[in-house]
Amino acid sequence: MITFENITKVYPDGTTAVDDLSLVAPSGKLTVLVGPSGCGKTTSLRMVNRLIRPTSGDILLDGESTNGMDEALLRRRIGYVIQHAGLFPHRTILDNVAATARLTGKSKREARLIAGELIERVGLPSTFATRYPWQLSGGQQQRVGVARALASDPDFMLMDEPFSAVDPVVRGQLQEEFLRLQREIGKTIIMVTHDIDEALKLGDQVAVMRTGGHLAQLATPEELLTAPADDFVADFVGRDRGYRSLGFVTAAPDLAVRPEPAVELGSTPEAARAASTDDWLLVVDGHRHPLGWVEQRALTGPITIGDLNLSGTVASRTGTMRQVLDASLSAPSRRGVLVDADGALIGSVTAAEVVGSLDEIRSAKGAAS
Amino acid sequence: MIDYLIDPAHWTGSDAIGVLIVQHLVYTGIALLVAALIGVPIGLYVGHTGKGTFLIAGVANALRALPTLGLVILLVLIIAPVFASELAFVVPSLIVLVLLAVPPIMTNTYAGIRAVDASAVDAAVGMGYRPLKVLFSVQVPCALPLILSGFRGATLQVISTATIAAYVSLGGLGRLIIDGRAQNDYDQMMVGAVLVALLALLVDLGIGIIGRFAVSPGLTRRRIRSATRPTTPSPASSALVAP
Repeated sequence: MITFENITKVYPDGTTAVDDLSLVAPSGKLTVLVGPSGCGKTTSLRMVNRLIRPTSGDILLDGESTNGMDEALLRRRIGYVIQHAGLFPHRTILDNVAATARLTGKSKREARLIAGELIERVGLPSTFATRYPWQLSGGQQQRVGVARALASDPDFMLMDEPFSAVDPVVRGQLQEEFLRLQREIGKTIIMVTHDIDEALKLGDQVAVMRTGGHLAQLATPEELLTAPADDFVADFVGRDRGYRSLGFVTAAPDLAVRPEPAVELGSTPEAARAASTDDWLLVVDGHRHPLGWVEQRALTGPITIGDLNLSGTVASRTGTMRQVLDASLSAPSRRGVLVDADGALIGSVTAAEVVGSLDEIRSAKGAAS
Repeated sequence: MIDYLIDPAHWTGSDAIGVLIVQHLVYTGIALLVAALIGVPIGLYVGHTGKGTFLIAGVANALRALPTLGLVILLVLIIAPVFASELAFVVPSLIVLVLLAVPPIMTNTYAGIRAVDASAVDAAVGMGYRPLKVLFSVQVPCALPLILSGFRGATLQVISTATIAAYVSLGGLGRLIIDGRAQNDYDQMMVGAVLVALLALLVDLGIGIIGRFAVSPGLTRRRIRSATRPTTPSPASSALVAP
């Protein structure tokens, strides 16, 4: 648990970076600090490991005041991940990761052993151990940065825009993998980002900060979307709040899923026309994994990959209502494709049915409360 | 010139070619050592703390503007009465050589430290390295290519400038040039000039080889070519400038 108690930071030139901030980052949870640039989120983060000293107030680690602690020893208890990874260019990947383990008193041998395991754990091939940072892409370097922070097995982690220097595709992957990793390791994490979508995706709780270092709202991602505290938070969380909040609603078990006729790739136009109920027909592979839609009337020969319309997304039956609704809105047939855990076709659902189901969920909630 | 070189008379006695080469190297070595003891700590301190940056630029530029020969003669005039022995000539020459060597060593050390990736330094501090460990485990190794290139520049400049110290009766290869000029012995002058140039090239090569082993392969790929090449005048030309 990391506790901010009335933390204020005023710089010598009189600007207030953080103003009387109090919040608790619970143990084993990921707390995201998010806000526009200049809102003091990075300053707040860097006060935890005293890279910046607070003007007043105290920050407690598991109830223990960090005021007056030996700064180097304090920092060794806290994993630190930064935007551009900050790897040591003159050391191999293995020694970069081993650096923090060495700091906590491990022998060179032990530290390298730990480092070797972590390199694989963050999804890098073990052959990378002997490479140097310049030989890695930005995303790979960022993984090494995470591995290095974990090598000393700290209880706490601070992450300063860890995924914002990589392209959106890699960022998405890193976020997914980090979520999976965090579920395994359960560190107490404070992460800073300016990206509200990242905050909503990763955070167990999100602290929205406003310019001048004020805490605007501290809430779960779902609460931020459904009950923003004020105009600023509502504006910052952005448009499409209603739609995005569906990302926190799991698909209702009683959602009426209808069977969806489908043919395999390579089927004849005759077979396709016989199977279809309207213009659009779903095409699957040999394992009944949905591939795309075909317009059956336009077919002139056996169905090929080139005939497929790929616009429709596919939702997991156990996924969120946002995915299900998106599947039904994006399919050319307006029927959203649902699959099971193995990715095999279950059936389809229309947008009207999804919205109906949402109304039921909402009224059930209303009745309960 | 070949005749001069193979004449055994020129390889014996107090001004034998071998002795002059050793003298030259000793002056160079002492001057570089003293310059390093002055320039490296200042460069490291200013680079690491960011305090006194103005000092680096001001001092370096002032020292670079010094007229070498004039300063040697001035110092001999001032210092000669203090020392009775040959030191009267050696000390002023060494002071000038040190003053020449300090700016490239100091500025390159400073620039090297400042140029280290700020996020690597931030990470080092943030993970709990103490300041001296940040300096010697991260900043110095990363700055090593630039620091070495400062030494390279300084070495070339000292080797070439040590030649003119012969003007005030100092030993070293400058003797061949100064004495050759006095005796109208152009072979001797030529031998002196060529040997100075060769010596400079060999020492430069030596530092290059040291760099290859001392600098991490993680850095060499990033090394900027222009930064490793000394910006001082070539040794041969400045050796021949001497009267």
